[in-house]
Amino acid sequence: MAVEEKEMPWVGRSVKRKEDDRFVRGGGNYLDDIRLPNMLHMAILRSPFAHARIEAIDTSAAEAVGGVVAVVTGELLAQHKLAWMPTLSGDTQAVLATDKVRFQGQEVACVVATDPYVAHDALELIDVEYEPLPVIVDPKKAVEDGAPVIRDDKEDQKDNRIYHWEAGDKASTDRAFSEAEVVVALDTHYPRSHPAPLECCGCIADVNPATSKTTIYMTSQAPHAIRTVFALVTGLPEQNIQIISPDIGGGFGNKVPVYPGYVVATAASLLIGQPVKWIEDRTGNLASTGFARDFHMHGELALKRDGTMLGLRVGMLSDQGYAYADAQPSKFKAGLFHVVTGSYDMPAAHVVTDGAYTNKAPGGVAYRCSFRITEASFLIERLVQNAAYELGMEPVELRRKNFVRPEQFPYTSVTGFVYDSGEYAKALDVALEKSGYEQLRAEQERLRAEGRLLGIGVASFTEAVGAGPSRDYDILGIKMFDSAELRIHPTGKAILKLGVKSQGQGHETTFAQIVAGELGIPPEDVTVQEGDTDNTPYGLGTYASRSTPTGGAATAVVARKIREKAKQIAAHTLEVSADDLEWEGDRFYVKGAPEQAATIQDIAFAAYTNHPQGMEAGLEGVTYYDPPNLTYPFGTYVVAVEVDAQTGEWKVRKVVAVDDCGVRINPMIVEGQIMGGLTEGFAMSAMQQITFDEDGNCMGSNFIDYLLPTAWETPAFELHATVTPSPHHPIGAKGVGESATVGSPAAFANAVVDALAHLGVRNIDMPLTSGKVWEAMQQARSS
Amino acid sequence: MFPRSFDYLAPESLDDALSMLAEHGEDAKVLAGGQSLIPLMKLRFAAPDYIIDINRITGLGSVHENGSLSVGALVRTHDIERSELIRRRYPAMAAAAPLISDPLVRNLGTVVGSLCHADPQGDWASVMLAMNADIVCRNGAAERRIPVSEFVQGPFTTTLDPTEIATEVDIPDPGADTFGTYMKLERKVGDFASVGVAVHLSFDGRKVERAGIGLTAVGPANIKATEAEQLLAGAELDGGTIARAADLCAEAADPHSDLRGSADYKRAMVRVFVSRALNAAAAGKAA
Repeated sequence: MAVEEKEMPWVGRSVKRKEDDRFVRGGGNYLDDIRLPNMLHMAILRSPFAHARIEAIDTSAAEAVGGVVAVVTGELLAQHKLAWMPTLSGDTQAVLATDKVRFQGQEVACVVATDPYVAHDALELIDVEYEPLPVIVDPKKAVEDGAPVIRDDKEDQKDNRIYHWEAGDKASTDRAFSEAEVVVALDTHYPRSHPAPLECCGCIADVNPATSKTTIYMTSQAPHAIRTVFALVTGLPEQNIQIISPDIGGGFGNKVPVYPGYVVATAASLLIGQPVKWIEDRTGNLASTGFARDFHMHGELALKRDGTMLGLRVGMLSDQGYAYADAQPSKFKAGLFHVVTGSYDMPAAHVVTDGAYTNKAPGGVAYRCSFRITEASFLIERLVQNAAYELGMEPVELRRKNFVRPEQFPYTSVTGFVYDSGEYAKALDVALEKSGYEQLRAEQERLRAEGRLLGIGVASFTEAVGAGPSRDYDILGIKMFDSAELRIHPTGKAILKLGVKSQGQGHETTFAQIVAGELGIPPEDVTVQEGDTDNTPYGLGTYASRSTPTGGAATAVVARKIREKAKQIAAHTLEVSADDLEWEGDRFYVKGAPEQAATIQDIAFAAYTNHPQGMEAGLEGVTYYDPPNLTYPFGTYVVAVEVDAQTGEWKVRKVVAVDDCGVRINPMIVEGQIMGGLTEGFAMSAMQQITFDEDGNCMGSNFIDYLLPTAWETPAFELHATVTPSPHHPIGAKGVGESATVGSPAAFANAVVDALAHLGVRNIDMPLTSGKVWEAMQQARSS
Repeated sequence: MFPRSFDYLAPESLDDALSMLAEHGEDAKVLAGGQSLIPLMKLRFAAPDYIIDINRITGLGSVHENGSLSVGALVRTHDIERSELIRRRYPAMAAAAPLISDPLVRNLGTVVGSLCHADPQGDWASVMLAMNADIVCRNGAAERRIPVSEFVQGPFTTTLDPTEIATEVDIPDPGADTFGTYMKLERKVGDFASVGVAVHLSFDGRKVERAGIGLTAVGPANIKATEAEQLLAGAELDGGTIARAADLCAEAADPHSDLRGSADYKRAMVRVFVSRALNAAAAGKAA
């Protein structure tokens, strides 16, 4: 018989999301809901050119419009040393262009006015004289000798190369390839996409002229880190800066960086002495803020004829746009892309990465990628399928043969990761059984005889999330720990303050459940606060699936600290030695006499009314948690598609997703995360791409051109779980927010390629549009 | 959205609307469903000084037959989608309606407005080309009829005068024995057509009496595939005829390559869709 929901432990229970009540009633408080007295409105003028010299800017006509308070240009900002700002990867990025514009959509000037309509009208009256320059949209051309240097503003920059970074070992990898019986290669471009959160970016900067207190309401996933960056950029004293992230309508990484709009609004408020609001429009969001991916990848897998993997060679060229603005650990130039050996016990690997400037928007931060693991996972899972074709092996058997085995954990990969735990074959077996894999293969055979194209794609991904241990992980030098402050009030109700920041992930419920699990205070009695830097402990924010591995761990640790103190108080009130007490659920009781007990609520009251002499009153604590390792969630996804042999259109028949993210705190929220990620994985594989024409015009700056799937085309998902706890996380949990965006694109692409594999098709780059699928079929038929 | 400022006029009669349009001419735009005009104003690609909202005018919202089918200027795509008359007698229109954009657009967007917007990716113009429909226009007191094939000139260009209002689209009686369909290749629901094909056939026994074929998104304007229409008129739908008609349609198409696919791909899809439509018609006859 199923355990009654109310008898289950708090951790593992699908508690309904506490925050949803206000969201479904329209009671959320998003940035644009906030209106301050005397607030002004700012609009941004963007460059129509991808590369041009700014000869002159005439703002006089705009300034003459009634209601216009100020027109801000790069020249004005330069007088305050604010024309340029640092990126999260330590490069520089223009706030407002001074010398040149370097991508279409770049911020050139801002109008601050009493009304947003007036501000937009005045933008049209700013006269900018541009001298167009040669445009580079192809990163391969950008790194050729003699290419025009895009970042000529930087004294030491003599070409368009940003970084060259290697991982693994070349010599042993070369040896592996020389001993290989089979080598399979794949060239693929993981296209530029965009997180496109429903709410675009925005801020209200409110610099109080009397106190100099700077309050900035901001759509930020990382308010504390942003405050530090702001202090460094503006020179304002950090204690006078308060960043408040209100409810956020989706982030997906897009809301990690500092954007020019935030800086100009703050400068304008400082100069004018009134609050200034900036709300980004959709085109501004898609054309200028943190894009995702854009990796040109070459992979080679060396194998024995029996399928044993010997080595992996990867070359990657990253198209960064005009600034290197990834949000990622400082130490790794291409994020965690070097986890590209994936779920396999790879004896040797060598990963070479290069970054290039092009005349495109900067970013590379985003879209649920776990610091570039989406690209890595895609490459290895596509390669493995092609290797199976080459060897004549069943793709899942090739995977199984090479999986890191359970007894190998903790497993140190040749590129330097220490996988904490995993049972890869178990997740695969569940996926095969639940998807009816063998029957699908039989049906594929049958349909092929009729000329119909059924394809089955598998991806067995491994993620690496929860950055991260301070020895390896920092952003601009700030270590990537995270924090929790827990305060139990006299009536036994609690307030939990975190350094992470939800954008819809359900933190208010999940983290309250962790407190409930540790202290027995029901989740409804635990209020979770995030996002206000004056009111929460320092943390690096929410992205890269890090909140549960870091903030969640901090919550468990601080709750346990408080439980230790509670034990002392209970011993005092029960008049026994602490050694005689046992904890159960929500109370300490005297060993052998369970009726003699103090509940956490009793203890909380005593902490303020009857605490032991010599002990500080109160029941609260704060923890900064430095994780000992990343967590490594994993899983297997099976996708079946049917391709229309005449049109190249494909329809998803089945998606079975088996995720192992260790202990699930709230299974319903975990499943919501996975469904969202699968939807985005489907979107990337089927339709999403931001391209540029040869003049650098952005071809994906609205939702007519940049496609978001609706409920109509999004397939149904069947979800299953295996549970392999993380051995180092306090409650055994792993991050899960990005597993499905990391794992699923390869499964979808593998399925479509598999449908055409018997024709000889081995690759179609994402997005696998019907036109590209048709071309692949045509080429295969004619060859 | 932040369009440029404009004056909003809401006439109660067609005569008032026409006199306002006569006064403001090219400075004014007529607003019916607004599903093309408003997005253009949002992007400031269109910035009319006057919006003449015709939604308060009575008599423009009906779909009725009187020898021919009249679809008034305020008839929404949703109305077509739900019309029993259309479902029974005008299958090409019935097939096209639910494939146009999404329910929100269909609830407001009008058939006549779509024709006046003349987006080469618009679906209604292909259907009306296949149906040999006329646009009925008023200019002051004067009324004229323009065949859709002459009305649509090129991308976003029609022969409508700046002082003229298209009041209805008039569709000839299809006869008792008809076949019609609309096939659309799109990347997702709500997308414009990558390729669209409208087919309307009137039968006399087993023979095609009259054929109409319109092509969407494969040229600077919607294309009427007249050579294929002529081939089919008087013919029976055997395999060879269908293949030849599909080839003629593919040849009539003049697509360009873009993110949706190559020109070759789009031309091939015209062939596939025409062939599928005609085969469905032939199967209907054989049944």
